[in-house]
Amino acid sequence: MTDTFTSRPPTLIDKIIAETPGNASNLYTCLQCGTCAGSCPSGPDMDHSPRTLFAMIDSGMEDQVLRSNTPWYCVSCYYCMVRCPKEIPITDIMYTLKRMAIEAGYFKEIDKDKAPEFSETFIDLVENNGRSFEMGVVMRHHLRYHPISAVKLATGMGLKMIAKGRMDFTPTKIKNLPQLKSILKKAKELGGVA
Amino acid sequence: MKYGYYPGCSMEKNARAYHTSTLAVTKPLGIDLVEIDDWNCCGATEYIAINKIPAYALVSRNLALAADQNGSTNLVAPCSACYLNLKKVDHYLHEDPGLKEKVDIALDAGGLKYVPGSINVQHLLETLYIDIGLEAIKDKVKKPLYSLRVAPYYGCLVPRPGNMDSFDDPEHPTSMDKILEVLGATVIDYPLKAQCCGGHMTQISEETALELIRRLLKNAEDNGADMIATLCPMCQLNLDAYQDAVNTHFGTKFKMPIVYFTQLMGLAFDVPINELGFGKEIVSAKPALKKITDEAPKPKRTRERGKKAGLPMPIMAEEG
Repeated sequence: MTDTFTSRPPTLIDKIIAETPGNASNLYTCLQCGTCAGSCPSGPDMDHSPRTLFAMIDSGMEDQVLRSNTPWYCVSCYYCMVRCPKEIPITDIMYTLKRMAIEAGYFKEIDKDKAPEFSETFIDLVENNGRSFEMGVVMRHHLRYHPISAVKLATGMGLKMIAKGRMDFTPTKIKNLPQLKSILKKAKELGGVA
Repeated sequence: MKYGYYPGCSMEKNARAYHTSTLAVTKPLGIDLVEIDDWNCCGATEYIAINKIPAYALVSRNLALAADQNGSTNLVAPCSACYLNLKKVDHYLHEDPGLKEKVDIALDAGGLKYVPGSINVQHLLETLYIDIGLEAIKDKVKKPLYSLRVAPYYGCLVPRPGNMDSFDDPEHPTSMDKILEVLGATVIDYPLKAQCCGGHMTQISEETALELIRRLLKNAEDNGADMIATLCPMCQLNLDAYQDAVNTHFGTKFKMPIVYFTQLMGLAFDVPINELGFGKEIVSAKPALKKITDEAPKPKRTRERGKKAGLPMPIMAEEG
């Protein structure tokens, strides 16, 4: 794939745009105004503000971009997306960056809190049951990465949730799981990771 | 009127109160919710972060089932994340032919087919506010929630991203305010009503989430709320179940009940209370509900504008 106007080989920004649905090509027009960074509720915990990250993307700093914890701290609140004067689908771009980081094998070292692992535990349960399973995902994730907080959860909040009848002990399965599995299997063949 | 119903995984257990109260209040309003048979998880905000085509295919299976089963083109989702995922997938399949082509092949492997645009995805709030309307809701009110000071909390995924047809303002939504108002409640207007509850950050980086939750609770409390009304299982969980953790972490003393707006509708409609799921919340709503009075509160006197009121300000010339 080459750019229609310059016939140059695709750079980082081209790859990100190609992997993001919607009007992602607006990313080319980022003004560096910083509205996204100013609107971001988890900005203070990020390695790079969204604005900085977009400047890095534009400069082709692939390694640093994909190693940044920024997309993993995105809470999907969409404030940046609503306010962006160039209508860049920022949240969707963050999802693309997460997928690219996983594909590049960076994610295992990215985040001290293992954000990607949480997503993977979650989807693993969905793929095998067709439904999400709150207690399963929380306990599996915490036992693996935050054993102390797992104990805290199980004895504190977890107990209260169980007492209120708000937690299931076993996952619910959908009836036609084979159908869902064949759909997902085919989708994986088509889609790769990104 | 018949509507397809996509409850979503949370409604089965964690947000059971939302599920039962939704069914209890939609019935008298003439909304016939028909649950999509054998629906699957929408992937929340997790699947799309790992695997693009499977994430779209996962949601598309639900859209295909809804189009097949119900004979109703409307699909109602009460959970914010489910609503956004269903709506977004339908929208992007329509916009992106390359994506649609791949999703079609994946669906075909399961013997399904979906034509983008054939299902109209609605959030429950939208169904109530737009399709049913405030007048019809007001007609059903038997026990107004007089004197109860409720802060409506919208979260993120219903008002935003706003790049698809949106039924409310992305930054200053008011639809739930208006519903609570016709229920007789005193609606609290507060600046953070559409800010983030932290989403899944409670699991990934608890401190990030606790700070977001603290801000919301403080802002609602500072503005005099007796309780917060939500429209999303995740928002309810974060604000309710993590309130203790917020208090421990910040040394605060919040005791803010977090209920679903449908529970309040049920109370006002005089639905038997055991159908509304009260008591499932961790911070009890009971003390706040006792504040409901039989008579409407007297409207507070607004400060008269005059020479003595406040700082000297320039006065605008009156129009006309």
